[in-house]
This record gives sequence, structure tokens and C-alpha cells, in this order.
Amino acid sequence: MGDEHLLEVNNLKVHFRSGKKTVRAVDGISFKLGKKENLGIVGESGSGKSVTATALMRLIPSPPGKIADGEIIFEGENILKYSNRKMRDIRGNEISMIFQDPTTSLNPVYTVGNQLLEAIQTHQQLSKKDAQEKAVEMLELVGIPEARRRLKMYPHEFSGGMRQRVMIAIALSCNPKLLIADEPTTALDVTVQAQILELMKKLQDEIDTSIIMITHDLGVVWELCDNVLVMYAGHMVESGPVQSLHSNPLHPYTWGLLDSQITSETESDELLRTVPGAPPNLMTELPGCPFADRCVYAQDICREKKPEMLEVEENHFVACHFQTEDSRLERRGGDHS
Amino acid sequence: MTTMDTTESMNNKNNNNNEDDMEKAPNLFMRLLRNRLAAIGLFVVALMVITAIFAPWIATHPPYEMDVTKTLLGIGSEGHLLGTDNYGRDIYSRLIYGSRVSLIVGVSAVLFGAIIGTILGLVSGYFGGTLDSVIMRFMDGLFAFPFILLAITLMTVLGQGLFNVILAVGIANIPGFARVIRGQVLSVKEEEFIEVTRSLGARHGRIIFQHILPNSIAPLIVYGTMSVAGAIISEAALSFLGLGVQPPTASWGSMLKEGKDFLVLNPHVATVSGLAILISVLGINLLGDGLRDALDPKMKL
Amino acid sequence: MKEPILQAKGLKKFFPLDSPIPFKKSSDSVRAVDDVSFELYPGETLGVVGESGCGKSTVARLATRLIQPTEGTVYLEGQNLMTMNEEQLRVARRDIQMVFQNPYASLDPRKTIEQLISEPLVIHKIGDKRSRRKRVHELLEVVGLQSHHANRHPHEFSGGQRQRINIARALALNPKVVICDESVSALDVSVQAQVINLLKELQKEFQLTYMFISHDLNVVRYMCDRILVMYLGEVVEVGTYKDIYERPEHPYTKALLSAIPRENPEEEKERIILTGNVPSPIHPPSGCYFHERCPFAMDICKTKAPEMVTVSDSHEAACHLINKGDSEHVI
Repeated sequence: MGDEHLLEVNNLKVHFRSGKKTVRAVDGISFKLGKKENLGIVGESGSGKSVTATALMRLIPSPPGKIADGEIIFEGENILKYSNRKMRDIRGNEISMIFQDPTTSLNPVYTVGNQLLEAIQTHQQLSKKDAQEKAVEMLELVGIPEARRRLKMYPHEFSGGMRQRVMIAIALSCNPKLLIADEPTTALDVTVQAQILELMKKLQDEIDTSIIMITHDLGVVWELCDNVLVMYAGHMVESGPVQSLHSNPLHPYTWGLLDSQITSETESDELLRTVPGAPPNLMTELPGCPFADRCVYAQDICREKKPEMLEVEENHFVACHFQTEDSRLERRGGDHS
Repeated sequence: MTTMDTTESMNNKNNNNNEDDMEKAPNLFMRLLRNRLAAIGLFVVALMVITAIFAPWIATHPPYEMDVTKTLLGIGSEGHLLGTDNYGRDIYSRLIYGSRVSLIVGVSAVLFGAIIGTILGLVSGYFGGTLDSVIMRFMDGLFAFPFILLAITLMTVLGQGLFNVILAVGIANIPGFARVIRGQVLSVKEEEFIEVTRSLGARHGRIIFQHILPNSIAPLIVYGTMSVAGAIISEAALSFLGLGVQPPTASWGSMLKEGKDFLVLNPHVATVSGLAILISVLGINLLGDGLRDALDPKMKL
Repeated sequence: MKEPILQAKGLKKFFPLDSPIPFKKSSDSVRAVDDVSFELYPGETLGVVGESGCGKSTVARLATRLIQPTEGTVYLEGQNLMTMNEEQLRVARRDIQMVFQNPYASLDPRKTIEQLISEPLVIHKIGDKRSRRKRVHELLEVVGLQSHHANRHPHEFSGGQRQRINIARALALNPKVVICDESVSALDVSVQAQVINLLKELQKEFQLTYMFISHDLNVVRYMCDRILVMYLGEVVEVGTYKDIYERPEHPYTKALLSAIPRENPEEEKERIILTGNVPSPIHPPSGCYFHERCPFAMDICKTKAPEMVTVSDSHEAACHLINKGDSEHVI
């Protein structure tokens, strides 16, 4: 069944308790990911994108968080029903993650080789010697020169970019089917970011892995991803192939996001078109569209009823009352306020 | 004009994901009380303070009034709620008045140590260098001195009496406070808002007292509370050894001293004051623990 | 040609390292800023770009003498900041203010907004309580906040709002120059756009001169009239934004520009991927600091440090390739 998706997420909800209140960090997102396909999840602070990534690995700290609803179907099985033991088998093995800050993700008191070996030996039955060889192989794969010597070095002896490469080596050491990258290049310089993105592209060819890339930088999405999902305040607002989203974005928030990015087209004597206000409080359950109070196109219905994600063009979904097959919004010029 | 944040979203912002507000006083009190042990601690401390303040009204007899015909009476006899000691003085009343001594010594000694220790810690942490080294080595020396030895030395030099007890315990408290404050200062002074203030042209004094100090005293609240408990015990110890308050002043420690000779036949004399010390120190420690938990912004109850 | 409002000549800042042998002075130091000169003209926005470790934040702090330079001078409106005493420096600082990067760390959490914004006025003994309060309310409105915000504490505000407060504070003394040290880098993209707009409008309204330090090349191109590109403590190229973005000369500048992620999923960018890592600022390479990673390095680059070569009236770069007239090495 070549049509089966690698990952299918249905109506995932992740809630956190804060005192007596509930923070709805992720409030019902769904998406599908095929083999060797890259998905970008884009949003700003509070959008729920990082929580989604953590939820996919079932690493949500509980308490205070919990997966309140939904399914995560990986290779046909709902991993939310797995026992802890079975989940541990998968983590690092079939599903791997790389985190944002390479400085704090590596343990400073163990050598890099040690940490790489730990990842390898947790899931693979290899002799110590074979595991060592595999470790060297992985470091070379991610482009670290003098790999054998470097195995004996400590994280602080590496630069930021090198540490991130080590993280990638650790994440890929067991040939995972799915790699979740949570803002992996945000803390890095732009030239290093370019190196890491090139590396990821190259590795994807060699290791048959799908990548979910969590980022706030649309540029990274255009570089690496096939499809993109835009999140706002824990909800999905738009999703589709990158070309569609770039050439024909539909949701007003997506317009705002695209406008806020400065590109070579932006004229320096014009003010930027911005989205006024700031993301909402995730503790209150909003009856309507989460973007309603910042949206210049909002009408009463937007505040009363939550819009559903509807397929408006081929594979292009959007959650807006006024962006449907029948009606379209006129994207206004000038400031979005 | 400029694109503004709407007032609406500003109101939303008040409940935002900024977890680090310990500023709201009612919130702090509520969190404190949620911890049952801390609530008990608060109750005990409150009781102690009320007792000390209203002593003349709560006590049944004058604490110094001797009656050699009624020595060592048991609990509840002849109008003496807790009996009498070997001089015929009412134990209950002496206990009540004794709380004053404990509280006065406890609080003043700690205040003394805190103020001097804070100044030393501030200066040491902020300026660093040789000044820091000198002050800290001095503090280390003071710290290393066994307390009783220090107290005995000081009392020998200064003489006995309540004031000198406060001085002795206070001096012993200085290094602890200096260390705590210095640690805080070292980390606060690296914060960006300090660099900003410096860039505005502020002088050292302003930076230290307006910015560094307010941000450094949080741990002092808990540390200070616990130190009061320690000071009360120290006073009791000194009085027990005969170095503290002099008769006929009633202090829980001196009551212990007087009572120890009669432990076999009339245990109530020593036991009662011993219990008083136990309960108040326990109460203060529970309160201190509760305060620490309530002030810790990372704990979500 | 107008007179520059701020002029730096030969700035150097070396941070000495602790020697492992006690009592022995170490000869090693971190060469954070290694001979930087620039001019800032009234009303313009000068950008300083570079990656981590290039020294741009240090240059910002040297420009106001927040850090003492190891060598070099800074002239503010013709006056030498290095020869001033504490008092004179304090007065001079009124004209040149800074907005820092981290909106969460740059405001004292224990103070109210009013106290924070009026602090510069208090320090410089300007006005009385009433006039200061009035000024605070004025400033709050100017940055897009409201007077009733004055009694709140920083934690009640979002990142973007805190940055506005920082800006209000920087404007309190009516400075002529404002140095923005990565002032928008820690903000979400949509908030960043708001704050950038604010900065632009304030510049027009109050005739401010900006020095804008950032690692984000797109923001710099949008905000700045002229740009300094730094690498390992040195200025490798300087020019107008058109010079830098359309006609970059230095290989590092070219690499930097090519590293920017694409703007369009369809676009295939030609990339100059640099090899290796930034060399150590303690022991910089011989000759041109960039030669070990430069795809176009020649023999001379290993031995001789290049000097700034004039490419046009507004444009200079420090590279041996320019002399050769052979700088069109785009792959």
C-alpha cells in the first residue's frame, strides 16, 4: 500500500494546567505526512508549534500537560496507545528529534563520542567496536572533519554549528523514518544555517527520512519543505504545498506573516505592512476564530463560530469563513490595520 | 501615527504566559496558605507575637513575684496554670514574658546581622577585586568560629545582659547574610538592565541601592525567617549556660537552666519551657519553608 | 560633505585572558575589535552586520565608551570622548543612547514603567517630579503605548511592548544618536515589523541618527542607508545598502548574502558555502583573517593583511582581489 502515509495526526489537542486554568497550547490540529516528504510547521510564539513537536514524541511533561484528544498514527498505528516501553523503543529509533539550542541539548560532562554511542547502543545490538565504527561514520556523514579524534572531545570544544551537526548525527544514527527538527537553526549564524540546511537536504537523500521542520522563518520553509502548515494560537489556519502558499496565500494571518518578512522586494522608504496587536491569551476558550480580534476582515460570524479547515484548492486548506470555494476575500493593499 | 497594540490585547496581556510575577501580594498569601504546614507555622508565629505583645494581659501573675511558700507546685495547682518554679514564681506567666525575650532577641539579632551583612555583601559583590577578597576572608573567619565560643568571648568582653546577647547573636549572623547577598549580587550585576542603567550614566550608589539591592533581597526573606529561629535557640543556649539574660528576667533558656536541677521530681519546670522553644522554632521553620515555596515562581500549585 | 556626528578612529578592544600560571601576565587576549574606524552622519542609519564573534556589539559599546577601548578614539560632535572625565562623559551621554537586545532582561523587574522611563531624567537631574511624569506620558504615547501603562511592571507586557518601553527610555533625554544593538532580533516576526516601523517613524519625527547592529541581513537592508560588514573584529566592507546588496566586493560579504534563505520556493539560489569555522579571535590567522575560508584566496592573502580599497565614492572593501580587478568570481 504505497499510498499509506508515514504519519497521520488527527485532531491533536494538548492542554496544560496552570493553577486552576487550562492553557490550550494545541487545540485540534490534523495533518498527514508521506514518506520522504518534508513538512514545515510555521508560527510565532504561542502558536503551539513546539508543543506539537514534543507531543509527536510523546514527551509532553505530564503533569502539567496532557494530550487531551486526538490520534497520532505512525505507520498505521496510534502511538498514543503505546505503552511507555514501546514508545521508548521508537524514540531515537524510528522517530528522532533535534532541538533548538545545541549548547544545552548536549551533556557537557560526557564526550561527544559517548553520547553518540549511547544513542546507537540504546537501539541497536552492536558490539562496542561496531558501535564505535558507526559513530565515526555518522560524524563523517554530517561533515565533521577528523571524526575519530573528535569523538573523544567534549561539547564545549565544538562551535555552535558543529554541535548542531553532532545533534543531527545522534538523531540520525538509527536511521529514523521521521526526523522532527525544532527550530534547529534559529540559534545559529546565517552562514552556518545555510550549511546545516544543505546538510539536511543531502542527508535526506542518503537516509530515507521525512522531516518535520518547526520554524518561525518562512525562508527556511521555502528552502527545505514540500508542504507547510501555518499555526496560530494553537490552531491550524492554513496548509498546503509551499508553492501554493507562497504564490496564493489565503488566510489573513498568513498574509500578515508574509508581509512582515522583509525581502529584497521591500522598498525601504515604505513602512512595513504589519499585523496589529499580539497573539491571544491561550487560557480563555475563544468561541470564534482565534485570529478574529486582530483580523481587519473580521465580521460577527468570525467571533461566534470557529471556521473549519476546508480544501479550497488542490491540497490547499484554509480555516476562514470567507475563504471558501464560493467566496474569496480581496487582499487589501496598505497596512493591515 | 504608529501601529499600536490595541487596548484589548493589552488587557489580554495581563494574564499572559509571563509566569514570573511574584509581585501580587494577595497571590503570595494565598499560595502560602495552600500549604497546610506553612499555615500552621504562620499560626504559631502569630500566636507568639500576640503573646509577646499582650503579655501583661495574658499572664496571670507578675513574672518576678516570688513566694517561697509555694515552690515547685505542680501543673494546675492553686491558680498556677503551669505550676511554679523553685522560687515560687508562676511558670505560665514567666513563659508568656519569656516569649518577649525570645522574640526581641530573635528579631533584633537577625536585623542587626542582616543589615550589616547586606551592606558588606553588596559592596563585596559589586566591586569585587581586593575589597571582595578581604571582606570575604574576614567573613570566612567569623563563620569558622564556633558560635558558642564566639558568644562566650563576646560576653566576657562586653558583659552580660539582653543587649549584649543581641549583639553577640547578631554578630554571629553577619557572615551568613553577607554570603547570601553577595551571591545574589554577583548574578544580578550581570543582568542586562544593569548594563542599561550604567549606560544612562548612573553612579554606583544608584545602581547598587536602586537596582541591585531590590533584586537581591528575595532569598533574604526565607533566610531571615530561618535565622530568627536559629537566633531564638542561640539565646536559649546562652541563657542556659548562664551567659544570657540575668535573673530575674524570664527567658525560656534560663527557665530551662533553672528547671534542669529538678527534672526528676518536678519535670514540668524545664519541660514547659523546652516545649515552648520547640514549638516556636518549629513554627518559624515551617513558615520559612512555606515562604520559600510560595515565592518560588517555578512551582505551580 | 556634512560633518559626521560620531566618528571612530582605530578602535581596538582586546580582552586579556587569564594566564594559567599564577602571577604571570598572559600575553594572550581576545581581539574582539581589531582596528575599526567609521563615520556616522547626521540623520542617517548606519548598519553594522556580521556573525557571532565579529565584534559588532563591542563596537557599539565602545562608541559610547561603555567599555574602555584598548586603543583608538571616538569623537562625538567633534569632542573626543576618550579625554573626558566622568562628569563630562555623563553629560555627553545624553546625546547618545542605546536600545539593547533582550526585551526581557533590559528592564528592572522591580520598577514601574514610569520609574524606568524617567530614570535617565532623574540621573541627569532634569525637571521635577511633575514635569518628568508629563514627559513619561508623552513618551509612552510616542511609542504607541498608553499613559495608564506607566504604573505597571515589566512582566505585564509582551516582548514587543517592552521593546517600545526601552525605546521610550532611550528617547527621554532627546538624544541625537540612538544605537540599536540587535533591538529587534528577539522579537516575533510580526512584532518585529511593528517595532521597525516605529523606529523609522521616530527617526523622521525626532531627526534621529541611528547606528543599527544586527545579524539579520534583510532587516539591515531595509533599515540602513550605509552598512559596515564586520568579520573577526575588523571591517571588511563598507558602502551604501545598494553597494553592499547589489555589488558586494568582499568574498565574505558575498558568502553572507548568498546564505540568506530563499524568498521563493521555486528559486534556486547560487550558494557560496563557506567551509570550516570562524577562526579563534585569540590567535587570528596571518594575513587576511578570512583567507582560510575564502574560496578565492590567493597566495598573498596568507601573508599580507589587505587594506581598505576604494571601489567607489561610497564603497570600500578590504580585499586583495579588488586590486587585481578580478572580483567577479561568482560560481
